[in-house]
Amino acid sequence: MNGAIRVSGLGKTYRIARSGQHVNRATEAVLQRLRHPLQRTEYEEFEALRDIDLQIGWGEAVGIVGRNGAGKSTLLKVLTRITAPSTGRIELGGRVGSLLEVGTGFHPELTGRENVYLNGTLLGMRRKEIQRRFDEIVDFAGVDRFLDTPVKRYSSGMYVRLAFSVAAHLETEILAIDEVLAVGDAEFQAKSIAKMREAARSGRTVLYVSHQAQTVSALCDSALFLDRGTVTFQGPVEDALAEYRRTFSSFQASQQDPSRRSGTGELRFTRAQITEETMDPTADKVVEFDVDANDEVVGSYFVSCHVNDADGNVVVQCDSRLVGMWLDPSTPQSAALRIKDLWLKPGRYTYDLYLCKAGILDAWEGAGAFEVLPKAPYPAVTSDEALTHGQVLADFEYERR
Amino acid sequence: MSTIVITPPGRLNLPAWRELWESREVLYRFGVRDIVLRYRQTAVGVAWVILQPLAAAGIFAIVFGQVANLSSGNVPYFVFSLAGMLVWNLFNGIVGRSSSSLVANQALVSKVFFPRMLVPLSSVLSVLVDFLVATALFVVLLFVYGINPGWQVLTLPLWVAVAVVFASGIGLAASAVMVKYRDVNYALPWVMQILLYATPVAYTLDSVPRDLLWLFNLNPLTWLLECFRWAALGSPAPPAWQMFGIAGVAVLVFAAGTLVFQKMERGFADVI
Repeated sequence: MNGAIRVSGLGKTYRIARSGQHVNRATEAVLQRLRHPLQRTEYEEFEALRDIDLQIGWGEAVGIVGRNGAGKSTLLKVLTRITAPSTGRIELGGRVGSLLEVGTGFHPELTGRENVYLNGTLLGMRRKEIQRRFDEIVDFAGVDRFLDTPVKRYSSGMYVRLAFSVAAHLETEILAIDEVLAVGDAEFQAKSIAKMREAARSGRTVLYVSHQAQTVSALCDSALFLDRGTVTFQGPVEDALAEYRRTFSSFQASQQDPSRRSGTGELRFTRAQITEETMDPTADKVVEFDVDANDEVVGSYFVSCHVNDADGNVVVQCDSRLVGMWLDPSTPQSAALRIKDLWLKPGRYTYDLYLCKAGILDAWEGAGAFEVLPKAPYPAVTSDEALTHGQVLADFEYERR
Repeated sequence: MSTIVITPPGRLNLPAWRELWESREVLYRFGVRDIVLRYRQTAVGVAWVILQPLAAAGIFAIVFGQVANLSSGNVPYFVFSLAGMLVWNLFNGIVGRSSSSLVANQALVSKVFFPRMLVPLSSVLSVLVDFLVATALFVVLLFVYGINPGWQVLTLPLWVAVAVVFASGIGLAASAVMVKYRDVNYALPWVMQILLYATPVAYTLDSVPRDLLWLFNLNPLTWLLECFRWAALGSPAPPAWQMFGIAGVAVLVFAAGTLVFQKMERGFADVI
């Protein structure tokens, strides 16, 4: 077989027992069988992945992008054999190492040294490999003085650095990474991304799942775009991100229908609107929304709003708990969020609304969009180069001392 | 470089033996983790392993030997019940620890791939270490009391192996079922407690009324206890069918446990 990964006709279906029929006790299961000997549990089927065909070669770093619930993590879990596919066939040209969550398998009572061996083994390294690379791992994490200290005494920074370092030194031919590069400080992140690039250059294949478009473009040569369980695009990162932007309107349209949104649905947003759909960078952003009522919901709830840039990076989160706003579910509510002092760079933005109590009641992703006009809010005019870096703009000044 | 092919699970999943063998390091690391964690507070750890069977054997010697005045054959009651507790603790320890192991390691099971059978199987290692420590003490007592079990002591490793295989089979099945039905965690210790009294651990088969003997002889654990004490204490030999029977039962239970485990294994990450 040539190529590192070959996938054909892959599908993954979850069976979800209809509400009220989920049983997690043996006694209940037996009782239910006695009471209704002929009834069979009815399942709703949920297709997380559908008809996926892929071919990925050696030495490629491939990003997997898509919206929440598009099946990115499921695809990675199937490829790393954590969960089994329902249909189709996967051929892998070598061992797969996975970095699905940093520090899985670390035990707080064990020392750093013991954890390196335990974790390395779990991730698929052989004892000799770990021995050979032990110094490198410890060096990369910068914890050499604390090797014989139980990791429960580590600072959280040291903990994630050591955990990531073990995973980063995996010598498996295929490496699958799920959002873990976002650990540690900026310097460590840069070091980690460099490490992953190096892995790809040495001929290994890297799969990377992320919501953050920047890290995908920093790390990957090509990308897959997943939309509701199918791969709709495979090609250069820029084009995959363009696809992500292009499909926003159809995604937005589908999310208008509350029954297609995630969340428990005990309460739903009935309307969301931004007062100005085009605005200056410095303008206040005002999002109005209405929520229906439900007498059966006990206690008050809060809302949260994310503003995302065109590539899906979350620019800002406005959680109503932070400003002490809680709403009463027994009557319909109408409210507005005013975001002040946020200077956005010119471009297109979308916003998501969340309605939460203990869990998420309604998640309305892509509740709306707006455009920030290409005006620089600064007194002097200069070349574009002065504005290219950074995520947002800021109100700043220089003072001579 | 070998190609790995992943396809949807079929109806009957046999374990991938080669993969299990290649991942034996995981088994070892898990075992070491359990042992290190238990013996780290060394004084308490070792003392507990010795104290626990000693205290149990002591109380059985008083209750059954003194209060109920039962006979223990030609060995002191204390040594007799200690031999019983040794093999019982081995069996009970493996069943208990392996059955809860998957749920205890659920973070791992849903995040990393490795042959899942290794999780329950790895509990065997730490229980075996406990068993060896307690057995060392037992050997000392044999010398103190001047008991010579005879040539059949050489078959002892065989009965230990039988107990391990038997208990692992139950542990494998129980750990897989527990992922789906958490209340097994409460039911199993209760069943084991009943079994402790239903099996001649603390009393001899001779003390059992004649008309109830058939009931005791139905219990494979009775066979195991009789075989173990025959080898360790030189007690009267059990009939040959029990010797072969227990070995057969152990292998069958292990095979059945493996099948149950494999049948449920593919769904673990989705349920946990």
